[in-house]
Amino acid sequence: MVTAENVTHLDEQLSKPTVHATRTVKDTPGYRVFRVVNATLLVIIAGVTLYPFVNLVAQAFSSEAFINAGQVNLWPKGFNVTTFNLVMGDSMFWRNYQNTVYYTVVATLVAMVLTTTFAYAISKYHLKGRKVFIGIAVFTMFFNGGLIPNYVLVNELGLRNSVWAIALPNAISVFNLLVMKSFFENFSTELEEAAEIDGLSTYGKLWRIVLPLSKAVIATMVLFYSVSFWNSWFAAFLYMDHRELYPVTVYLRNLIAGATSVDGAAGSAEATQIAANVKAVTMLLTVLPIVCLYPFVQRYFVSGVMLGSVKQ
Amino acid sequence: MSTDGVTVGGGAPQAALAHDPVPAVAARGAVDAPQGPGGRAARKRRDGHMTWRRALRRDWQLYSLLVLPLLFFAVFRYVPMAGNVIAFRRFRPGGSIFGEEWVGLHYVRMFINDPTFWNVFQNTLVLGILSLVIIFPLPIVLALMLNELRSQRFKRIIQTISYLPHFMSIVIVAGLVFQLTAMRGTVNQIITAVGGAPIGFMQLPEWFRTVYISSEIWQTVGWGTILYLAALSTIDPQLYEAARIDGANRWRQTWHVTLPGIRPTMVVLLILNIGSFMAVGFEKILLLYNPLLYPTADVIATYLYRVGIGSSQFSYATAIGLFEAIIGLTLVLSANAISRRVVGASLW
Repeated sequence: MVTAENVTHLDEQLSKPTVHATRTVKDTPGYRVFRVVNATLLVIIAGVTLYPFVNLVAQAFSSEAFINAGQVNLWPKGFNVTTFNLVMGDSMFWRNYQNTVYYTVVATLVAMVLTTTFAYAISKYHLKGRKVFIGIAVFTMFFNGGLIPNYVLVNELGLRNSVWAIALPNAISVFNLLVMKSFFENFSTELEEAAEIDGLSTYGKLWRIVLPLSKAVIATMVLFYSVSFWNSWFAAFLYMDHRELYPVTVYLRNLIAGATSVDGAAGSAEATQIAANVKAVTMLLTVLPIVCLYPFVQRYFVSGVMLGSVKQ
Repeated sequence: MSTDGVTVGGGAPQAALAHDPVPAVAARGAVDAPQGPGGRAARKRRDGHMTWRRALRRDWQLYSLLVLPLLFFAVFRYVPMAGNVIAFRRFRPGGSIFGEEWVGLHYVRMFINDPTFWNVFQNTLVLGILSLVIIFPLPIVLALMLNELRSQRFKRIIQTISYLPHFMSIVIVAGLVFQLTAMRGTVNQIITAVGGAPIGFMQLPEWFRTVYISSEIWQTVGWGTILYLAALSTIDPQLYEAARIDGANRWRQTWHVTLPGIRPTMVVLLILNIGSFMAVGFEKILLLYNPLLYPTADVIATYLYRVGIGSSQFSYATAIGLFEAIIGLTLVLSANAISRRVVGASLW
């Protein structure tokens, strides 16, 4: 049975003492060399993974002249925060940032309600037609309408320029649905039966017994959904016609697209580099919430994936 | 590996939101539907004979919970699927979403005779094959490397760092690619430092595949290790013990115990990767490419995006998208069938 307690600790399975822990034989010299090489390689891989972020921070705090000269790599040169003032003074940036927060909250709420109710119902083995309902969901992972029919539909429903164009077409991720379903399947039947004897309806059981004891999986799902909505840009790019409606990702996309066209046209070097600096600052401000939260919530993501893949 | 969902359709909007953290696992969850505890089998047999009327009367509250989600699937998944008929019908903007009148295979013939289509088809195949051959094995290698670490703390730090790029918006990833490959960017500084001439990476079609695959490696490989690490942690330690007694060194233990132990995971992920083969990184390419790069960067999904949304040729673009989706579905079904017959592992 999965309890809230061990869901949060599922990820620790990943790093539980490895299978080689019992060591009666001494390592051969060859293996000792391998271990040193292996650890070194992993440090290099971690360094390469982090480098783009380090470079981003360095460029964000550097002056255009030094970026222009190709001298900014690990550390800012010509330290200044004027571009920060410039970007943060742009009311459209903040407007779009607010939109991102709003879209993420609404879309995540809708997604959670739909995913939770569907997952709970199809987690009941005795439900007639359960397999059909699961099939309806799973089939969409392998085949879907494609870009144009979806586009036509959203326009036809009049969802353009509203949060619903972002929230509704992506309301259920089948992956998340299956994760929740497998969690509910392992929920204590005794508890639910006891609640039933006490006269609770299905709604009552879900609301008062199951959900309060599923906080960990709910937190994981909220994180999955909110990160994906926070990061999304394409739906807004397709369906939002006014600058005031863009999320910050589309703001950033337009900035990058503009900058590259200057780059490609070999325009004035100065214009290109100002763009590079502004770009760096905007990118930094966009990723900041995620990078700051990430170390604290990472384990939930890992446990969510484990829950979806490992047989309990 | 695709950063999109496992959705096969050509750059569908739901692929736009990379909901699925590790797309691959999804189907595994479906496969591994846990077996119920004792007594469930008996109840199931009874249910087999239950009429819908009785089932509805007993479980109407559960069924009521299904209404909204089923409505969602009907409207936003199955109606667009049916909407694919406009590939065979003339579509008038503002008219029915299912088109006006039948035109048969007109639009199919149109793309078969469209040289640009065959160019983007070829680009899609090349990027798909490169992703499969280069990116698919890397998480396995990284997971094996992490598995050899004894310090759990060190392992955790490396894992945490390697997962980070997965949580970045694709827009940020594209921005970082532009930043690093700029004429004065880090990559060109290294090239100049070793005596080369700076390369205009984002203007030269011959470099696009390298840039794209590198950014995919950066973004997906770390997170891709999770499932392998999970599989590794379930291997029975006694197997290693036995191998050691038989005189197997570390290398042979890896070959004869570790790799067979994670084979089912490898097979499932491979099938899913083959399934998403045609839907190569639509959003990323859309953000990265420009007309100079079309000779190598333009793929089916981006082409149908320009044809459909850009030039409003809805029927033509739908025909291309349907073709792509059918190839994708065929690929995943055949990979699954082959795998079931050859290695005995499959999605369903």
